[in-house]
Amino acid sequence: MTQNGAYAIELKDVSVYYGDNLAVDKVNLKIQNQKITAFIGPSGCGKSTVLRALNRMNDLISSARVEGEVIFREQNLYGPNIDPVEVRRRIGMVFQKPNPFPKSIFDNVAYGPRLLGIRNRHDLSDIVESSLKGAYLWDEVRQDLKKSGLALSGGQQQRLCIARTIAVEPEIILMDEPASALDPISTQAIEELMKDLVQNQKFTIIIVTHNMQQAQRVSDYTAFYSIRKAEETEGKERRWGVLVEFEPTRQLFESPKSEETERYIGGEFG
Amino acid sequence: MNTDNTQNTPNPENPEQAEDGAPRVENVNPTGGVALPDLESFRKRLVNRQRRGSIWARFMSLSLVVAIVALLALAYNIVDAAFGYVLTENVIEPTEVVEFVLTDVRNDTTTDPATVDLATLGASELAAVLREYQEPRLRVYIRDFLSVVPDDEFTQAPIRESLAGSSFRGQFADLTINDLDAAEWTLILGNNIPQDRLVGLVRTEVIGERILETWSLTESVTGFAEIDEARVAAVEGQNPNARLEFRSWLNINFLISPMSTNPAIAGIRTALLGTLWVMIITVGFSFPLGVGAALYLQEYADDNWLTRVISTNIRNLAGVPSIIYGLLGLSVFVIALEGITTGRSILSASLTLGLLILPVMIVNSQEALRAVPPSVREGSYGLGATRWQTIWRSVLPAAMPGILTGTILGMSRAIGETAPLLALGASTFLVVDPSGPFSRFTVLPIQIYQWTSRPSDQWRSLASAAIIVLIILLLSLNAAAIYMRQRFRRKLQP
Repeated sequence: MTQNGAYAIELKDVSVYYGDNLAVDKVNLKIQNQKITAFIGPSGCGKSTVLRALNRMNDLISSARVEGEVIFREQNLYGPNIDPVEVRRRIGMVFQKPNPFPKSIFDNVAYGPRLLGIRNRHDLSDIVESSLKGAYLWDEVRQDLKKSGLALSGGQQQRLCIARTIAVEPEIILMDEPASALDPISTQAIEELMKDLVQNQKFTIIIVTHNMQQAQRVSDYTAFYSIRKAEETEGKERRWGVLVEFEPTRQLFESPKSEETERYIGGEFG
Repeated sequence: MNTDNTQNTPNPENPEQAEDGAPRVENVNPTGGVALPDLESFRKRLVNRQRRGSIWARFMSLSLVVAIVALLALAYNIVDAAFGYVLTENVIEPTEVVEFVLTDVRNDTTTDPATVDLATLGASELAAVLREYQEPRLRVYIRDFLSVVPDDEFTQAPIRESLAGSSFRGQFADLTINDLDAAEWTLILGNNIPQDRLVGLVRTEVIGERILETWSLTESVTGFAEIDEARVAAVEGQNPNARLEFRSWLNINFLISPMSTNPAIAGIRTALLGTLWVMIITVGFSFPLGVGAALYLQEYADDNWLTRVISTNIRNLAGVPSIIYGLLGLSVFVIALEGITTGRSILSASLTLGLLILPVMIVNSQEALRAVPPSVREGSYGLGATRWQTIWRSVLPAAMPGILTGTILGMSRAIGETAPLLALGASTFLVVDPSGPFSRFTVLPIQIYQWTSRPSDQWRSLASAAIIVLIILLLSLNAAAIYMRQRFRRKLQP
């Protein structure tokens, strides 16, 4: 399949609603291939919601509704003939809280390949080994692949989840605050792993983070989201998220175009 | 902190008073102008607060004591009747029977009859015993155990028809049972009835152990003198062979003997087998249905008013009195579906009990599925799993401990149910082992119910022994549930 120019995925006027409430309004973004793109912004600005819209995880919430187009490999992911299962297999996701399955390390990594119908023990072993190596976890767990994934430390669990994700060879990996539940050393390991995944293993990563230093350390591009408010009748307030600015990371942090971005990265709100 | 003198002081809760004794409260006033009680009145009140707590604690421990006392009383009641002295008498002593076999059948005069157990005799020897002592009744035994035609046709039908399936000499096939002689009857009995059944028959028909009187465990322990007096009176009176023995009504013979009209040899074999058959089919029927319905409600159905109405009503169904399920089972499984279930069969009972515990199974399975954290589902979907793959590979395994617990709870309920099976028409007297889903059946609770409703003490003792068996069965079920749950948990957790 030919690639859509240099873009891994493109958002056109993407709005997300929960029931009747607008959560994110008309986001337009072009994510670069084999780069790390960070989504930053204050709580409630909808950055996680946009991220989940990229592999149709929002489908799992029955009230959620997405408008606009998400173009991936020249196709709209919300088009009529798209199976979300295929979308999620090609656009993988790593969650905020490490969530290994209550199974052995081997079975955790082999879960995805088994879904795809790979049964041969030898093939599975190969995939497990290369995925664990790709997630920098192999040397730590090669002795006890039969141990429960839940017996690992938090940082190891998150790397196991990354190994599990890359075992199905997705084209894009979405990460929803992958290090926010981890200690600084584990965080550093995850950040180095992310850089390696992009530079040496040719993945494209989109990461949501609360941590602006993290965005500066790892990402090539940064999208800053913020909140808009409107007074409704009866004194009720309506809030929704918007994309404020999207630039190469250095440019966004050193010379932001929007005054709101400048105030946020200066620590004035958030 | 001295609070002794405040015990009996009434304590008016007046916040206005706080101002005079508590200067520290006034310095910082985070309560927005509301004066908190001063230290003095706080302490007074604290005594009351603590006392109120200890009163509740005492009430709660009292409830526990009441519960334990009730349980102990129940256990005492059961054990008291299940063990104790009995005064028995045999019509013919077993040694006499054995002696007959040794001398007249085996021509062995050297062996001491006392060293040979009746139960070790061969089938043909036992048949010979029956002929020796009960010759006029041989045909009755053949009819009861072997006949396949209605009782009133038995004497007229040729044995080719009446004893179809049994072995007999070919030349007699067209004769009726009355055309044969006692030797042939004995042969037929010995060749066709299993040895253990013949032992039972000899015990009832020849030896005829009768229980003259029974005493409870308490009476046996405290009043042996009276018991012995009763024995002496019996021996000197009408029952010269009466013997006193300490009897555990719960014994091996009790477990392996079928029901009998003679309490001395009655057992629960048929009821125990019936209970096992019914439980296996009940769970086989309700487990897949219950888990399936829970999966559909929890994982597939939209959360709209219809599913909420259905869910609520399933909960309500769990509280419907069980006799109503019995009436339902009677009209649906026994009468309407007689062609499939053959009427009052193990299958009808199992389906009825299955329906009875289905709501419990669904509700418990639903709870177990609901308790599976969303992260498990998200993780699976995030790797490109379909909904069914997510359910089958992640959600169900994670919910399995809870589902199994619910299943065992349902089984525990079903195993003790009596009313629906009575409504269904369970047999109250059955000596033939159930052999499959279409057999007629009886189960332990029915047997217990039936025995407790008889007047004499002997039956109550039998009922108590059966209750102990039922309780042991229940406890082992629950133990199995706990074991399985722990095993699953250990598999799921580090």
